[in-house]
Amino acid sequence: MTNSASKASNFPKLVSAGADAVIVYLGEGISVSVNQQVLAAVKAVEEQLSDVVLDLVPSYNSLMVYYDVLRTDEPEIRERLRKTLSDLTSDDQELIGKHHRIPVYYDESVGPDLARIAETNNCSVDDVIKAHTEQTYRVYAMGFAPGFAYLGEVNEKIRTPRLDNPRKRITAGSVAIAESQTAVYPSSSPGGWNIIGRTSTQLYDPSSGTISPLNVGDEVEFYSVSKEQFVDDGGDTETLS
Amino acid sequence: MMRIIEPGMRAAIQDFGRFGYLSKGLTRGGPMDEHAFLWANRLLNNDFNAAQIEVTLGGFEAEFDCDCQCAVTGAGVELTLDGETLNNWQNFKVRAGQRLKMGYATAGVRAYLAVQGGFQVEPKWGSCATVTRDAVGGLHGDGSPLKAGDEISFNQQELQMSRRVGWAYRPNYEKTPVIGLIPGFQYDAFPMSARETFCYEDYEVTKDSDRMGIRLSGKALEYDGEGLVSEGVNVGSVQVPANGQPIIMMHDRQTLGGYPKLGTINPFDLGRLAQCQPGQTVRFTRIEGKVAQQQLRRFYQFFNVRLTCQAGDNLRS
Repeated sequence: MTNSASKASNFPKLVSAGADAVIVYLGEGISVSVNQQVLAAVKAVEEQLSDVVLDLVPSYNSLMVYYDVLRTDEPEIRERLRKTLSDLTSDDQELIGKHHRIPVYYDESVGPDLARIAETNNCSVDDVIKAHTEQTYRVYAMGFAPGFAYLGEVNEKIRTPRLDNPRKRITAGSVAIAESQTAVYPSSSPGGWNIIGRTSTQLYDPSSGTISPLNVGDEVEFYSVSKEQFVDDGGDTETLS
Repeated sequence: MMRIIEPGMRAAIQDFGRFGYLSKGLTRGGPMDEHAFLWANRLLNNDFNAAQIEVTLGGFEAEFDCDCQCAVTGAGVELTLDGETLNNWQNFKVRAGQRLKMGYATAGVRAYLAVQGGFQVEPKWGSCATVTRDAVGGLHGDGSPLKAGDEISFNQQELQMSRRVGWAYRPNYEKTPVIGLIPGFQYDAFPMSARETFCYEDYEVTKDSDRMGIRLSGKALEYDGEGLVSEGVNVGSVQVPANGQPIIMMHDRQTLGGYPKLGTINPFDLGRLAQCQPGQTVRFTRIEGKVAQQQLRRFYQFFNVRLTCQAGDNLRS
């Protein structure tokens, strides 16, 4: 057993998630290495437990596994998961996700929190845009709503806490920051994240064959586009306040 | 074909729900009261998954253009066919041109209307369950509930013998239910006092409850464990937000959440909880996961429920 394995001997930890599910914790907190373990676990479970698994919910450091109670029971699935997860390798080449580039129109008409973020962090609006576009983000988790990807981690210079009063409606495509995370609102919804711009890229398209182009483990980069480009690409210029 | 005259507060197509899309953030959907839903299909010899209409709080009216057979289960609603009273929890014949009307729910919240052969609705990602929040499913595929003038088709089938659900199997929705809690998730991180409070005090269902969650009010539950990184939330998970008032996550729940959870409600009892009207008292009791799982297995076997992952082998595709 390697050092890192013995240090992490509390994991994987299996906990009941109800009569038809268990949740597996693969580590603590938010880190690329733990999230990579989650991905490896998803792959291993898909390969080895597909005869009994009904659904999976990967997140930052955990994986919830739904199973068919007519084909297995809790002691058996725990045993099989323990076996499957005991020899996980997270350096698997196949686990490197896709790279996505998302155009963003950064402007106060569609990003009402842009100026405030600049002000509270003692920098210019251009600095905020630069900091947001310089980073490559990882999709740590998908959820909350269809196609909503939790991306991390945001440059410390522009980290901003959630709003005290969430907005009642945020336009689909809004690009947002909350603490060390950034995300695109795939559909119009209420929300408490700070809005800095908007993308014309559709991240949840119920009419298409795939629900979302993004998957946990993928990489996302944002780049700044002009209003003309944004409108040309079909972006929605509705003002948000 | 059946035409909606009046949907009431909310009427929406439901089958048993979507499986295999949680990793994309798409929730399950499906009937809030699986017990009542499955009985309606069984009364008509339908597949367990045949699409029905979930009617919230009654006030529903529809007209049929052909002969068929239907059943209504769940909430206590006064049921009439061209003004003639019918019984719930049994199948009945409908003639072309007749109007079926539901009064307002006097007990329970959700009534299920099934037609023999099931309503024919185009599935979206393996299911026609309406999830308004996800803009998916339902008659138009976009998550919208049914509205007046909507026409829903079904295959006419040979009529069945009349059948009804025995009294022993019909829940009394007015009685205070005792709901099983399977300890899990952050159960061990809750102080003993919170675990005991939840299972020994009365809670009241609040009017803010909906298809995402049943919100309770009562003695606040303390949590002194560490903050949580967002993780999967099951149907029936008991979330405890900062104010200590528990929320039972239901079929249209968000797939990830960051609040600590005491555990998960016994799926067998969840439908009973979904039928509690605002202001109704509920009580909770601990149940072993093993026992709940046996109950769930028997329940699925009885109704011939066979679940499959609709996303296919690759859950991440």
